[in-house]
Amino acid sequence: MYSNINLTKQKAHNIRETILRSLTEAGSGHLGGSIDLADIFSVLYFNEMRYDINNPSWEDRDRLILSIGHTAPVLYASLAEAGFFPKDECMTLRKIGSRLQGHPSKDSELPGVETSAGSLGQGLGIAIGMALSAKMDEKNYRTYCVMGDGELQEGSVWEAAMAASNYRLDNLCAIIDRNRLQIDGSTENVMALEPLDEKWTSFGWNVVEIDGHDHNDIVDAFDVARATKGQPTLILANTIMGKGVKSIENDNKWHGKVPTKEQLIDFLNELEK
Amino acid sequence: MNTYINKGNKATKTGFGEGVLEAAKKNKNVVGIGADITASVGMNFFADAYPERFFSLGIAEQNCVAVAAGMALSNKIPVFSTYGVFAAHRACDQIRISVCYNNLHVVIGGAHAGVSVGPDGATHQALEDIATMRVLPRMTVISPCDATQAKIATEKAILEHDGPVYVRFGREPVADFTDENQNFVIGKGQIMREGSDICVIATGHEVWESLEAARHLEKEGKSVMVVNMHTIKPLDEELLLDLAKRFSTIYTVEEHQIIGGLGSAVAEFLSEHHPVRVIRIGMNDIFGESGKAEELMHRFKLDAEGICSSVCR
Repeated sequence: MYSNINLTKQKAHNIRETILRSLTEAGSGHLGGSIDLADIFSVLYFNEMRYDINNPSWEDRDRLILSIGHTAPVLYASLAEAGFFPKDECMTLRKIGSRLQGHPSKDSELPGVETSAGSLGQGLGIAIGMALSAKMDEKNYRTYCVMGDGELQEGSVWEAAMAASNYRLDNLCAIIDRNRLQIDGSTENVMALEPLDEKWTSFGWNVVEIDGHDHNDIVDAFDVARATKGQPTLILANTIMGKGVKSIENDNKWHGKVPTKEQLIDFLNELEK
Repeated sequence: MNTYINKGNKATKTGFGEGVLEAAKKNKNVVGIGADITASVGMNFFADAYPERFFSLGIAEQNCVAVAAGMALSNKIPVFSTYGVFAAHRACDQIRISVCYNNLHVVIGGAHAGVSVGPDGATHQALEDIATMRVLPRMTVISPCDATQAKIATEKAILEHDGPVYVRFGREPVADFTDENQNFVIGKGQIMREGSDICVIATGHEVWESLEAARHLEKEGKSVMVVNMHTIKPLDEELLLDLAKRFSTIYTVEEHQIIGGLGSAVAEFLSEHHPVRVIRIGMNDIFGESGKAEELMHRFKLDAEGICSSVCR
C-alpha cells in the first residue's frame, strides 16, 4: 500500500538538502519552518497531488497554497525536485532578478507557484476561493493550504475557517505545521493556541492529528481527507522545527536564520544520518 | 455649452448594482461576494438574479477579499462590494497582497462614499478610501458622478478592464443627469461644461454640485469650466496638462479628505509637469458626523453654495 514511501522519504531528503544549500547561498531566510515541512511537501508532490510539470496551469491540477510565505524555500525545493524548473535555480533564492523571491511571488512567473504570499492569514481564504470555484465548475481538483501555527493568531484565519465549513468544502484540505514555535518563543507563551483540535472541530472541520514527519501518517491523513464528504479536513501535523538537522531542532532562533558555509557542511552531514 | 438636466434623483449605489447585473448577464464567470449588507451596497440585483453565483461570507471583509482573489485565480471575475470604509481599510492588506500583488481582476465596490452617507455618522462615511486605494500598484480607482455613469463604469470595469479595480459610490439619491449613451472611457476625464474664468475638477457627487455652482456663478458673470474626473487612477494627464495651460488656478472638489484624494493626485502631477496653483476643496483632515445628507454637504461646504464661496474667495 505504501509503495511510494521510499520515494517520498528520498525526496524529502533531497528537499531538505536543497533548502539548506539555497538558504546558505542566499545568506538570509527562514530555515526552521521550511525544513520541518519537507516531509509533508514530499508526500504532497510525490504521492498526493495531480499536476503536470509541462503544463503548470492545467485546469484540473490540484492546487497548493502556501499561506506561510516565509517558508518559500520548501516550496521552491519541492517544485524543483518535481521538475517544474531546474534545481540550480534554487541557488538564486532571494537574489536580485531571481524568480525565487524571498516570499513567493506570482509576478515572477515561477512555474508551480499558485499565489503570492507573505502577509499571514490570507492563504486559507484564497484556497476557499479556489475550492468554491471548483464546486461551481463541477471540477474535481483539490485545494491544499499549508499554514503555520503562529499564523493562527491572525483573525482572518478564523473568518476563513468559518466560511470553509459553511460551504462544506470537502475538496479543501488545510495543513497546520504545528511546530509550537514562533519568533518570540513558544506559541503557547506568545499567544496560547490550544486546544487547537477542539477549536477546528468546533468550527466544523474534520480534524486529523498526525506526526508530521511520519510519511505513513501523512499519506493516510490525505486519504482520510479525500474520503471525507461534506466538510473540509484539517491536518494538524505535529512537527519539530528544524527537523532533520539535530543541532537546530526545536530551537526557535532558527526560525529566521540560515547556516554559514561552515555550518552547511555539518548540517548536510547530519542530514545523512 | 452643455447643459445637464436632472432626470430624477437616484443613488449611485443603484447604478453600481445595475452595472453588476448587466455584466453578469453577459458573462457567466462574474461572481458576487457579500459581507452581510447586500442591498445597501447595491449587490441585491445580482444576488436575486444569480443566487448560485453569489456567496455570502458574513461580516468578514478580509476573508471576502482573499476568497475573491482565490476565485480570480480560478478564472472567475469576482465582484466584492461593501462599505468603502471596510473595503479600503479593514481589508487593505488583503487587497494589497492577494489582489494587487497577484495582479488579479477583482472588482471592489466601495459604498457609502463621503459625508452624504448622512445620519450613520463618521464611522461609515468613507473619506480616505481613494487615498488608500490609489497608492496601491496596479489599482484602478473609479468614482462615477451619477447613477447612469456608475452603471456604465461598473459594467466596463467588470467586462472590459483587467487587474484590480475600486469603484466608489454613494448611498443617498442624488441628481442623475448624464446620458446613457455617453462616451465613458476609464482614465479619460469628461469636460462637462466649458468655461474661461474658473476651472473646477470634480469627482463623484461633487460633479453635480460643481455644475450647480457654475450655473449660479454664470449669473454673476463668471464663466466656470467643470471637469468630471471620474477616474482618479490612472489620472487623465493629457487633459490636466491642457487645463493647466489654460488656467493659472485649478480647483479640485471631492467628498473625501483633501489629503491623498483627487486634489492630491492632481497637485502631484501638475507640480511636476506644469505647475499651476491647485486649490483642493474637500474634507480638511477632519471626520464627518451625523445629520441629513444635505445638511452635512452644507456644513462641510461641499454643496454648490460652498463651492461657490470657495472658488470666489
